Amino acid sequence: MAKSAIKLKINGAEVEALVEPRTLLVHFLREQQMLTGTHIGCETSHCGVCTVDLNGMSVKSCTIFAIQADGADVITIEGMANADGTLHALQEGFRQMHGLQCGFCTPGMILRAHRLLKENPNPTEAEIRMGIAGNLCRCTGYQNIVKAIQHAAAKLGGREYLEAAE
Amino acid sequence: MIPASFDYHRPKSTPEALAILGQYGDDARVVAGGHSLIPMMKLRMAQPSHLVDLRSIPELKGIRIDGTTIVIGAMTTQAELLGSAQLTAAVPILHEAALQIADPQVRYMGTLGGNVANGDPGNDMPAVMQCLDASYRVTGKTGSRSIKARAFYKSAYVTALNSGEIVTAIEIPVPPGKHGYSYDKLKRKIGDYATAAAAVMMTVSGGKVQTCAIALTNLGPTPIYCAQASAAIVGSGLDTAAITAAAGAAGALMAPSPDGRGTVQFRTSVGGVMIGRALQRAYQRATA
Repeated sequence: MAKSAIKLKINGAEVEALVEPRTLLVHFLREQQMLTGTHIGCETSHCGVCTVDLNGMSVKSCTIFAIQADGADVITIEGMANADGTLHALQEGFRQMHGLQCGFCTPGMILRAHRLLKENPNPTEAEIRMGIAGNLCRCTGYQNIVKAIQHAAAKLGGREYLEAAE
Repeated sequence: MIPASFDYHRPKSTPEALAILGQYGDDARVVAGGHSLIPMMKLRMAQPSHLVDLRSIPELKGIRIDGTTIVIGAMTTQAELLGSAQLTAAVPILHEAALQIADPQVRYMGTLGGNVANGDPGNDMPAVMQCLDASYRVTGKTGSRSIKARAFYKSAYVTALNSGEIVTAIEIPVPPGKHGYSYDKLKRKIGDYATAAAAVMMTVSGGKVQTCAIALTNLGPTPIYCAQASAAIVGSGLDTAAITAAAGAAGALMAPSPDGRGTVQFRTSVGGVMIGRALQRAYQRATA
């Protein structure tokens, strides 16, 4: 099958590659770019573990072809930590608030939360829950994921995180 | 899950897209947001040899209010609908319905044009468009025509769209400034299609319903516009008898398939409940 040349930015770096049109973005990231932090779960656009940021939108990379991302700006979990290696506020929040157990959903959760906080820097708990409605977690019951995102929102906004009373 | 091979096309204009469709005929499929078609391709239930991606055609994007008509480009995403304060002010039912479609990630990609043109009975916007008496602007190699949403759907995935035609825009008559609306959807979980859903638009004067439109989602192979049920509400003060009469008239049109969402009897019953809730909420909003 003929391959097409695509050029895109992944985590700030220019990438040129040849792809079959049928190659899904998630397969391209994992198998051609060796960026295996983006996971594959349901493969039917329900679970959200394959979520990446594409041109300022959270998208499920199992439901878009790599060739459609030609010219795009993509951020994956590998691009989240700060340049000096310290954790991004969301990564720090998930760590501090125990926002993960098995960790399988975490890259998708963090990428989705990243865009949510860009659009709404100080979301309510309800807005966080609606905002991550496309990401499934089978471990945590979401409580600590919500707290992790609140923790990150506070840090990014220069506020101290105060845990709400139970 | 890897789709069958295909050639990818990304035309820059509608004429270019139509030319590609003309060249490859039924071997070609257009893709809008892709969140219906790409899963079908992964399951190999769809195997187009040529995929024509409409994402780079600027004239298919955007929302404008043209006097008495709102024109929404077919490639406008659900997220863009949700983000338009002007549209939400003029037609709040669109905001209410779009928020109940899938999840945030899907709404960034999913388009209004794809939602209405695909003919999937589970899609929410077709019933909303029937309720609003919207039309679809359709362009083919012989020119452009307009098809009423109420006449567009023939059966599941079968529409009035001819081979080689593309839905380019959705045209919605601007509703009266003071109106009631509601889109009530019961679903099993976020991201699911409706077990049953009802769209209602209404105007009320002096406590009496002046105009009413009711349409249903996922209660048959097509969206269902309920003319008789709508007529049963007009002139009433939305008393229990009127709601019962409307739900009864609409119920006679329902033909849901039994699936994981419930039996025919259950889904029909839920359809009646959704109509009742939507009517009451629309009435409250119209009289608030």
